[in-house]
Parts: sequence; structure tokens; C-alpha cells
Amino acid sequence: MFFPISDAHISPLYLVLVGFVIGILGGFFGVGGSFIAGPALRVVGLDWNFAVGTDLAHIVGKSVVAVRQHRAFGNVDLRLGMIMAIGTVTGAEVGAQLIQIFKRAGNVNLVVSVVSIAVYLSISSFMIWESRKSLAAKKPMPPASAHGAKRDHSAFMHVTRAIQRLKMPPMIELPTSGVTISLWVILLVAFVGGLFSGFLGGGAGYIRMPSMVYVLGIPTHLAVGTDLFEIIISASYGTLTHAIKGNVDILIALVMHTGAAIGAQIGAILTQYFAGPKIRLAFVPLPLLGAAIVVYTLFSGHKW
Amino acid sequence: MEASSCDEFGIMKAETAKTLRAFAIELVIYAVLVVAYFFLVLHFLGESLHRLEQTHRYGYAGITLLLMMGQAVLLQNVTTYLLRLIRGRSE
Repeated sequence: MFFPISDAHISPLYLVLVGFVIGILGGFFGVGGSFIAGPALRVVGLDWNFAVGTDLAHIVGKSVVAVRQHRAFGNVDLRLGMIMAIGTVTGAEVGAQLIQIFKRAGNVNLVVSVVSIAVYLSISSFMIWESRKSLAAKKPMPPASAHGAKRDHSAFMHVTRAIQRLKMPPMIELPTSGVTISLWVILLVAFVGGLFSGFLGGGAGYIRMPSMVYVLGIPTHLAVGTDLFEIIISASYGTLTHAIKGNVDILIALVMHTGAAIGAQIGAILTQYFAGPKIRLAFVPLPLLGAAIVVYTLFSGHKW
Repeated sequence: MEASSCDEFGIMKAETAKTLRAFAIELVIYAVLVVAYFFLVLHFLGESLHRLEQTHRYGYAGITLLLMMGQAVLLQNVTTYLLRLIRGRSE
């Protein structure tokens, strides 16, 4: 099939399949999946700028589907998502500025590669340790809060509780998540997520989803749904800016999304069959896959 | 006690089989609809979107976002409706 906007010939079946796989991952883990979509679009000859912009447009559609599904299950904290969007957009701008600084210094590829490998490996190692410890503890699932919010068990809960006890006004009550926490902590978590998104590319769900669980104390199912809601806002912003710069082939994004729409629903429904620690343990290979892609590009010199 | 757990397992198995069958039928119908969608809608939209991208970048950016969200809502409604229809028929 010929796509006139990007001047590329790509099989629609390939695009639908890629979208389907990313849709399942996104719906289940609350990630955008750009660490797979970017290389998958590059490998069929799409220019890098189109791969990034088109992927963002497709992420918007996929996240809308997944959020609607998660919302039906009560897994989206709209108030938290709105607040986080402010920190994410600010962080993404700072991350993009950092990239410009390293670009001028002439070592952007090495710095981004080393930082991303360190971040991916740290997240995976920590989540293996924590989720296995939580599963080994075999504690019964805590009861829902007074507001009916879902609860979750985490081996890192003592640190999370200490963070929640920090009284830095204004304190924000999040009845859907069953958490009361300082606005500044929420903004900091979102800012860091946005910073990595601007610096390393993609939606940075691999950082934000674990941060929401371990730092803010949001139950895993809600962290997945709320992260996706937040991704709609940040990816929409990214899509608009990339489309204005001529980096989005909407036709490719629409075709990819036909697969992602059904994959995202399957992923969201699957979360209902797994406990929080199991979802977190299953999440571990994703950052490792991201690290493997970066190591490959670093040593082969192949730029995805 | 053992007999009731066996019954429960049997019911769960039958329920899973029914869900998988409904899902497989849904996938086939969805695939047919998507192929029709490629050849009809995208074929006609392609040229006008290409022209818009060349001439009005801001308009194109807005349309991009609207199309993406519109398709997301549409496809989700289609899949939900299909699944409900197929599951309803098989019950």
C-alpha cells in the first residue's frame, strides 16, 4: 500500500500486526510502546522523523481505546492524570532542551544510550526484586478503601508511606486511588517521567507506571489506567507539534491503529485476571527489551 | 465437595471456550470490516489529506488528532457491539 504523505510503500497487514502487538502491551502495562513501534516503522524504510511523529499519533488512538476500557473497570484516576499532565509536558520540554545541549557538545548518542541502558536495567532489577518479594510474602489483598478504591500490596510500601506522610502543602486527595499526597510529589514524579520522555523519546510509561506505584502508592491497576490517560494528553501535544513540523503520516497511524484498537482492549481486559505484583513482574522484560535495542544500536552503529 | 469443584471447573472451561469462540468470530468480522475500511475510506481520504498536509500544516495537525480520536471511539464501539452481538447470539 502506498502512503503519499511519507512517500512510503508498506504492507497494511504488517502495520496492523505491529499495532496489535503494541496495543496488547499498552492495554496491559500502560505503556505507549514506542520502543517497539519506532524500530518497527524504521525497519520498513520509514524516515526516522516520520517514525517518531506517526508513532505518537497512533499512541493517541490506542490510549483512547485502552482508557475507555480501563475506565469501565474503574482503573482511571482523572484528577491525578490531569495534574500529572502538567508535570509531564514541562519535563518533556526540559528533556528536549537537554538533548539540544548534548547535541551541541557532539556526544548526544553516547550520553542518551548510556543513560537509557542504566535506567532500563535499574527499573527491571528493582521490579524483579520488589514483585518477587511481594509475591513471596503471599499477603492477602488489602481491602478496598472507604471510597471503594482498589488496594495493592508492595514490598516497597514502607518507603511509599513515608513519602505520603510528607506534609508539603497543598495536599491533594485522590479518592479514586485512595491516596492523599503532596501536589509537589505528584508534579515531581510527572516531571521526571516527562524529562525521560523528552530525553530518551517515547511516552516513558516504563518509568511513570512504576513511579506511580512505588512513589505515589497508586494501586497497579489504577497506575496502568491513569498512565494511559496521561499519555493521551502528552501524546496529543506531541502529535500536534510533530504534525506541524511535517513528521506525521496520519494514514499509516490510522492503519496501525486498526490493529491496536483490538489489542488495547484485550490488554486492558487481561489486567483484570492478574494481581498487581504479577503485572509488575510481567512488566520486567519491557525495559530489558528497550536496553537490548539500545545496546544493539550502540555496538552495531545501526540507527533505528 | 470434590464433585462441586469439578462442576465449577467445567463451567469455567465452558465459559472460556465460549468467550474464545466469540472472540474468534469477532476477529474475522472485524478483519473484513477493516479491509473494507482500507480500500474505501483511506483510498478516498489519502489524496485530500496529502494535499492538506502540503498546504495547511496547522489544519492538518488538528485533523490528524480528530481523525485519530474519532477512529479510536468508532472502532471501540464497533468491537464492543460485535462482541455483545456474538455473545448474545451464542447464549
